[in-house]
Formats: sequence, C-alpha cells, structure tokens
Amino acid sequence: MALRDVTLDIGRGDFCGVIGPNGAGKTTLLTIINGLGRIISGKVSVLGEPATGASFTRLRRRIGYVAQQERADPRAPISCLEAVLVGRCGRAGLLRRLKREDHEQARAMMELTRTSHLAARPVGQLSGGEARKVALARALVQEPEILLLDEPTSNLDPRAVRELGDLVVAAFHRFKLTVLMVTHQLDHLPPVANRIIMVKNGRVTYSGDRAALADARLIADLFADAA
Amino acid sequence: MPPELALIWKPLAAAVLGGLVCGVVGVWVVLMNIPFVGVAMSHAAFAGAVTGLLVGINPLLTAAAFCLAASLLIGPMAERADIEPNVSLGIIFSVVLGFAFLAIGLMRGPRAEALNLIWGSILLVSARDLALMAAATGVVLLFLGSFYKELQAVLYNRETARAVGIPERALFLAMLVLCGLSVAAELSNIDGLLIFSLIVNPPSAAYQLTYRLKTMYLLSALFGVLSCLVGLFVSWLTDAPAGAVIIITSSAVFGLALLLSPKRRAAAMGRVARSEGRGSEAHE
Repeated sequence: MALRDVTLDIGRGDFCGVIGPNGAGKTTLLTIINGLGRIISGKVSVLGEPATGASFTRLRRRIGYVAQQERADPRAPISCLEAVLVGRCGRAGLLRRLKREDHEQARAMMELTRTSHLAARPVGQLSGGEARKVALARALVQEPEILLLDEPTSNLDPRAVRELGDLVVAAFHRFKLTVLMVTHQLDHLPPVANRIIMVKNGRVTYSGDRAALADARLIADLFADAA
Repeated sequence: MPPELALIWKPLAAAVLGGLVCGVVGVWVVLMNIPFVGVAMSHAAFAGAVTGLLVGINPLLTAAAFCLAASLLIGPMAERADIEPNVSLGIIFSVVLGFAFLAIGLMRGPRAEALNLIWGSILLVSARDLALMAAATGVVLLFLGSFYKELQAVLYNRETARAVGIPERALFLAMLVLCGLSVAAELSNIDGLLIFSLIVNPPSAAYQLTYRLKTMYLLSALFGVLSCLVGLFVSWLTDAPAGAVIIITSSAVFGLALLLSPKRRAAAMGRVARSEGRGSEAHE
C-alpha cells in the first residue's frame, strides 16, 4: 500500500503506536523510515540526516527492525544465537570478523529478552512468541536509537502479548529508544505508548496524544469499511 | 612423472576443484531456494560457448561472459519487475536456450565441438581448463572467507540482512555472478546440461544432515568432491561417460542422506504430534 500526503514529525524518545486496518499502509510507514520501502516523492529525515538511498545502509545500523514475518525454514542451518548475531554484522562492517564483545552483547540481549535457553536451537524451530523475542534480541543487539516493530503481537496469546510488551518497555527505558510499534489493537500497546498514529487507506488520519483517543468514535471510524 | 600419473592427475585435480566449487556455491543456491540458477547458468554458459565457436572466439571466454550477463540480469530483473527470482531465472533460461539453438543452427560444418560442450569430459581436461577452475575455486573461497558473516545473514533472511545495514543486494548479485563463473569454468569438464545437479545434490544432501552452516559447507564440498572422484573412478573402470556417473553418484549421495536424515525424522515426528494435537486448544 502506497502512502500519500503524509507529514509526520516523530521526536526522539517518543513511543508511537501505529494502528490501522489491514492494508492501510502501516508497514509501508515503517519501511519508509528504514529505507526498505521505496520513496517516490517527498523527503524523509531520520536521526537528523536526510535519508537517501546511499545513506540508508549506514542509517539502518542505527535502526532496529522486527519484521512482521521472520520465520525461517524449520531445517535452516542457523541457530538462534547466530540469528541474533546478524544484528551485529552491519555495525562490525565488511571484511571484519565479529569479536568477543559482539558475542557478549548478543548473549546479553538474549538474556534481556529471556531467550538465552534458545541460543543453540535452530532458528526455524521456534514458536511464534519465541521467534518474536529472538527477533527483538536481534534488533536490540544493534544498539539502535530507533526501534521499529511491525505487528509483533499478532497471533500471540494474551500472556505472550503481555510478556513481549514488557520486554519492549524495558528496552525502551533502558536504552532510551524511540519506538514505533505497529498493531491492530490499541490494547496491545503498552501504557507507555504516549502517541498514536492512525493510518487508513494510505493516509494518516490521526497523529497525536493517546489521551485524545478517549473518544471511541475515532477507533470505530478507523476500522469502519476496512477491506 | 610416471605416464599413468601424468594421465590421471589432471582429471583428479578437476574432480576435486569441480566438486569443491559446486559444493560451496550450491549451498547458496539451495539455501536461497533458487535451484533453477544451475539450469539457467549452465545453459547461459552453453549458449556463450557455442556463440564463441560460431564467431571464432575462445568459447570459455564467451561462456563466462554470457554467465556474467545472465547473473547481472537475474537480480535486478527480479527486483525491478517485482517478480520471484525463480521466474526471472526461467525467463533468462528461455532466452539463453534460444541463443544456444540459434548459434548451433547457424554453424556450418560438423557440430561435434558444440556437442562436446553439452556432454563435456573430465577425462580430457586441459591444463588451461584446470587453471581456470583453480582460479574460479580460489575466487569463490576467498569471497566466502571474506564475507562469511554477511553471507550467513543473507542466507538467513535477505530482508533482515538489508535491515541491519548489510549491502545485501550487492552480495546477492556477487553470489549469482560467482555461481555463473563457476558453471562456466566447469562447462568443458562436466556435462553442461547436467552441471546443475552437482550444484543442487551435494548441498541438498548436506542440508539433510546438519543444523550448522559451517558443517553444511564442509559436507557439501565433501559430497561434491566425493561424487566427482567416484564418478571418475567408475568411468575409468567401465568406460561410462564420467559426467553422467558423477551426477548419478551425487544423486545417490542425496538419497542416502535423505534416508539417514535426522531432520526428516524430526519433521515426521512433528507431523504426528501435530495430527495428535489437532482439535485441542492451540498453544504458542
């Protein structure tokens, strides 16, 4: 879904919830920020730098991204620890081997996301909840300034949603991150999410304080006539 | 050097180099799920070689040039047109096949040299072919050693690799180019139309036996070399075409790996567990 006429200013340290129906353009919004999406016209500035094709490879090293689907083949020869270490590859740079501190950082992030026990397990053999936590560890191991989460709570049971939310909030506070979290459900956003961006049919229909969403009609309108 | 050894050292060296390089690039092909790359590249190499014969240029050079052009087209074509890499491979395949038949059709006189490119012969490998294979193997191994961690990231998930700041597109393209060059280097030794089996079978066998990427590379290279050596030996004993025996051997290795695969057993147990659990409450 293409986005049109979008003007957004997201401040450092914000925790933004991005909500909207399927196909509204929520994922596109995230991928515009980290350069995985294509910008046809307009300007994007990330971390104070104008984001262009050339600068995105460098900028992405400062942006953690948890994609909607990151499931691997159950037989893929990659362990969870190796999948988390992928997050260090951009930072380390080409032609440089990962060092001991990279491995220590990966183990630390797996501990933070309570996935240390999965380190040796093939990454394709995880449950949905485990896979999201490992992907979160991989994003955090980059030591990012921005964390983009694309529907991290979809298809998880209420307990797993709560667990993941707690981990994201802990990382948000500990690393002083700017977070954009895409979700269908407002109640999946942790209370710390102070700002809401609503997206529908490729347009931002609301961007502002979460408290202003007390009016239930805004949510009802958002999902009305959803495809 | 004893005459017997002088006769056999070149085919032996070709078997080791060919098995090694196909085993390594095959890991990329299998893990990226683009097995058709072997078919497309071997036909591109074949089309290039017969074009070279037609216009009087060294066929190995034109084979390498066609492979290079095909690999440079596959990636960007898939991305620009937003189609699956396997579809762009299919289109490249049909284009190079057309070129190959066109070049054969335009040839005057006997076409034995062109047909030799289809069937190849590891027993008749020349010192120049061997040098080319050694160079291709060296470049592939150097690339693998230099970018191991980045390649692992690309093989895990291309989008994730790009998202963490790895130049994934450039690496993907380099992998395709090296696949093409490896096929071109092998063309005159192993059947041009069957070489993709050597790119697919050994890594597929290795894939069945391990959950570790390094082990997969090692096993794949080992199975590739083993298939070539066994094929060479059987061919020497029975006078059968070496290329065909190599392919049959590598297929047998895959069949054996499939039988012994711990992954296959684990997957079967998973299916049973899922069917027993069907109807009960779903858990994460």
